[in-house]
Amino acid sequence: MLNPQLVMYDEEQKQIEKIASKLHRDSRSKTILLVDKNGQLIASAGEVSHLDTTSLSSLVAGNVAATGGIAKLIEEDEFTGQYHEGKGISIHLTLVGRRAILVVLFDKNTTHGLVRLRVRKASAELAKIFEELALKAASTPMPSVFDEITDEDIDNLFND
Amino acid sequence: MSFINYSSREINCKLVYYGPGLCGKTTNLQYIYNKTRPEAKGKMISLATETERTLFFDFLPLSLGEIRGFKTRFHLYTVPGQVFYDASRKLILKGVDGVCFVADSQEERMEANIESLDNLRINLNEQGYDLDKIPYVIQWNKRDLPNAVPVNILSRECNPTGVPEFEAVAVSGQGVFDTLKALAKQVLAELRKGT
Ligand SMILES: Nc1nc2c(ncn2[C@@H]2O[C@H](COP(=O)(O)OP(=O)(O)OP(=O)(O)O)[C@@H](O)[C@H]2O)c(=O)[nH]1
Ligand SMILES: [Mg+2]
Repeated sequence: MLNPQLVMYDEEQKQIEKIASKLHRDSRSKTILLVDKNGQLIASAGEVSHLDTTSLSSLVAGNVAATGGIAKLIEEDEFTGQYHEGKGISIHLTLVGRRAILVVLFDKNTTHGLVRLRVRKASAELAKIFEELALKAASTPMPSVFDEITDEDIDNLFND
Repeated sequence: MSFINYSSREINCKLVYYGPGLCGKTTNLQYIYNKTRPEAKGKMISLATETERTLFFDFLPLSLGEIRGFKTRFHLYTVPGQVFYDASRKLILKGVDGVCFVADSQEERMEANIESLDNLRINLNEQGYDLDKIPYVIQWNKRDLPNAVPVNILSRECNPTGVPEFEAVAVSGQGVFDTLKALAKQVLAELRKGT
């Protein structure tokens, strides 16, 4: 499969969250989101309680998919980053290991230059973790919890 | 592909509603949105034209409860059905876990249905998927209309492999949840197989 299933384990989740928190601090940004390319939120740091992170993740992924499509059409490899400047809040998007999107929301408390600098380091670290995850997922069989899913379990999901 | 998080104990799956323009994909999601309890759904996002045609996608996140201690979340997407939005359709199919093909039962839309099905197969192939190997259901929508083609004929033309099929009237909700359930079931069963 071109796009293997993303599997996350405790150990890597903690490492990722640590990197996100550090990036949040060091870049003096408001919010960090790490989003799977398919639009699912993997981790976050900073101010998130007032944000609809599910919607944001899906739109960010749609946006990156669209620019990726544009890149292909003009025979550019893939745009690795995007920057949208707002009056109050700006947003910086970076592709991480072709698998995830690192999103930084920031305001006047910092500068785009500082954000870019800190993101470079963090995304290199994250890319390494995603590589390890892919290897780990490929060599670890799925735990038996999924073997035990019954048709009844599935039916129960839909009974309110 | 699905995203399984053992750390937060969540399963995330992506379901895509595909089909020709105006067949009722967005209407399916709107009905599901309206009938789902607030705590089980997120915001529905529609990236649409001024005339309410889907421009890029509709998105509806559902979290249906737990299976064996894992929260199950389904991300529902629709594609834009109009022929010239093909590039966008390809993008939405990335990472898909299951497809619902919504056919428009009206006689004058038969050709559009068949074209859209061919297009689905081609676009999946481009991503390395085979429609015959992934979770897949079909919905015959607009059964309320007088010019609806009999189901056995639709079935012969558009469902040669005999995947689960459902009659629906998406505007009133008939068949909408049956279709979704059948697809979600197949997707979860696929996880059990250990893809
Ligand atoms: N009579 C009838 N009308 C329906 C039914 N389902 C949808 N419609 C109507 O068909 C029209 C198109 O529905 P949409 O859900 O927007 O179609 P779509 O497939 O999302 O179309 P695109 O976004 O262009 O791909 C709307 O006016 C709906 O109200 C149905 O079961 N019966
Ligand atoms: Mg639509």
